[in-house]
Amino acid sequence: MEESKIATRESYGEALALLGEKRKDIVVLDADLSSATKTNLFAQKFPDRFFDIGIAEQDMMGTAAGLATCGKIPFASTFAVFAAGRAYDQIRNSICYPNLNVKICATHYGVNVGEDGATHQMLEDVGMMRALPNMTVLCPSDDVQTKWMIEEICNTKGPAYIRLARKKTPVIYNENQVFEIGKALQIGDGMDATVIATGVTVTEALKAKTELEKEGIFIRVLDVHTIKPIDRETIVKCAMETKRIITVEDHQVVGGLGSCVCEVLAEEYPCRVERMGIKDCFGKSGKSEELMQAFEIDAQAIYRKIRKN
Amino acid sequence: MKIENPEELKKIANKIRIHIINQVYEAQSGHPGGSLSCADIMTVLYFHQMNINEKEPQALLRDRFVLSKGHCSPALYGTLVERGFIEKEELKNFRKLEGNLQGHPDRNKVPGIDMTTGSLGQGLSVANGMALASKLEHDGYRVYCMMGDGEIEEGQIWEAAMTAHKYKLDNLCAIVDYNHLQIDGNVEEVKALDNLEGKWKSFGFHVIMVDGHDIEALIDAFTTAKLTKGKPSIIIAKTIKGKGVSFMENKASWHGKAPNKEEYEKAIKELKDQS
Repeated sequence: MEESKIATRESYGEALALLGEKRKDIVVLDADLSSATKTNLFAQKFPDRFFDIGIAEQDMMGTAAGLATCGKIPFASTFAVFAAGRAYDQIRNSICYPNLNVKICATHYGVNVGEDGATHQMLEDVGMMRALPNMTVLCPSDDVQTKWMIEEICNTKGPAYIRLARKKTPVIYNENQVFEIGKALQIGDGMDATVIATGVTVTEALKAKTELEKEGIFIRVLDVHTIKPIDRETIVKCAMETKRIITVEDHQVVGGLGSCVCEVLAEEYPCRVERMGIKDCFGKSGKSEELMQAFEIDAQAIYRKIRKN
Repeated sequence: MKIENPEELKKIANKIRIHIINQVYEAQSGHPGGSLSCADIMTVLYFHQMNINEKEPQALLRDRFVLSKGHCSPALYGTLVERGFIEKEELKNFRKLEGNLQGHPDRNKVPGIDMTTGSLGQGLSVANGMALASKLEHDGYRVYCMMGDGEIEEGQIWEAAMTAHKYKLDNLCAIVDYNHLQIDGNVEEVKALDNLEGKWKSFGFHVIMVDGHDIEALIDAFTTAKLTKGKPSIIIAKTIKGKGVSFMENKASWHGKAPNKEEYEKAIKELKDQS
């Protein structure tokens, strides 16, 4: 039987449409991409609380800020490159500085976007968003986690940036899994290495873990769904307990999860950190899997990295 | 606290102008030119038009105001003092480390400020969001947004204009403080606005042209805006940058400059003579 897969953007759309029933204070904004960001599921059910601002991301962020000042919980969605990139100043000055309760749900991050190519593959957003005071930065790895996250973030006041993938990935967690904002999940307790992953790379790390076990190499995977605030405690613990620390992300190695882990460990438990991610270059067109392979952030690349030493 | 008498409103505007000069002089920085040009508009808004209560600055159904041209904060702070939202003493700490009155307005530091602004071009979108929220509350309140004429060179303003039109935000009243000057000189030379009235009309706004220093005309303009249904309104207020202080009037150099002691004394004397 084929494994069931769902993209976190789809989980987001479903969660939002469901949440709209019990949370009347939720309003949703999009910038002409609702069929891709999946906010159209909310729009169909709650047309009065959905605002398609058109291809005007800066205006969308400002409008969301205005709605937030009046007690609404706006979810603003577009592709990550247009959210964090094009509307950066609006996010900084109209959302983060006034500490407004806007939830920016940015889909289509990283090279896993695939065929659209470099202009549509956002690889710098984590660095930009986590540098902003007041901002929470999240990146869920599967369907269950995403659905929990969308509901949970409504109970957390203040701006949040949630990175959602286009690529379909397997369901990792069962329905009873307990999550907490700011708390990474440790999967396995192997001592040979810790692979710290986020979003789509969590699945890749888990695949590598299974393959390595067959050869007697035991690793653990840290699913860092909250990049800010980062779970310093668990990262330090893993660095103390395992021989190697490897980070892997669909993002530039500059500014993203890898940088974040380096900052934590440099301050609290200096050790070598091996960063896997996009190495100071832009993405390109191709199939999602091909690109993750080409940029060496897939299971095979992780497997090779760990086998090498 | 609605004041109907135009003569009384003029006196308040004059007091706000004195507060502006005092703040900028005391801080030895800030923006007197555009603050002075919008003082009459601020007076009409806060003492005649807006439904606000200084005792309940967070009231859900209050009218909202966004000073999109946030660098003109001295005009807003002066108005909030006269309207009883903040103490006059606070003006002394404008732009100072120990004070709450930031160079540009901060909604989390000062009661009566509905939106944090400073990066030009962003306020109209925020005002739209407030107006949409008001629509969801069955038109509970009106929203005002004041922009500079130089500011509307920002593209986001025109994105927001299209949004206001799309959602028929007749509870929104935008204002352009049309003083014709920006930092680098005459607005028409830096980047011509050309047919400003026609531009806003073509974006679907009900456009009201008015003398921005004529209190009675301003009252009429805001009243007309309030009565306009099915589309947003914009008041294009023709003003004089630096209005009220002879040597600051129509001078781009007074956009963001503080007076020295001699200039300060002269400015205050001129303003007091007008009251």
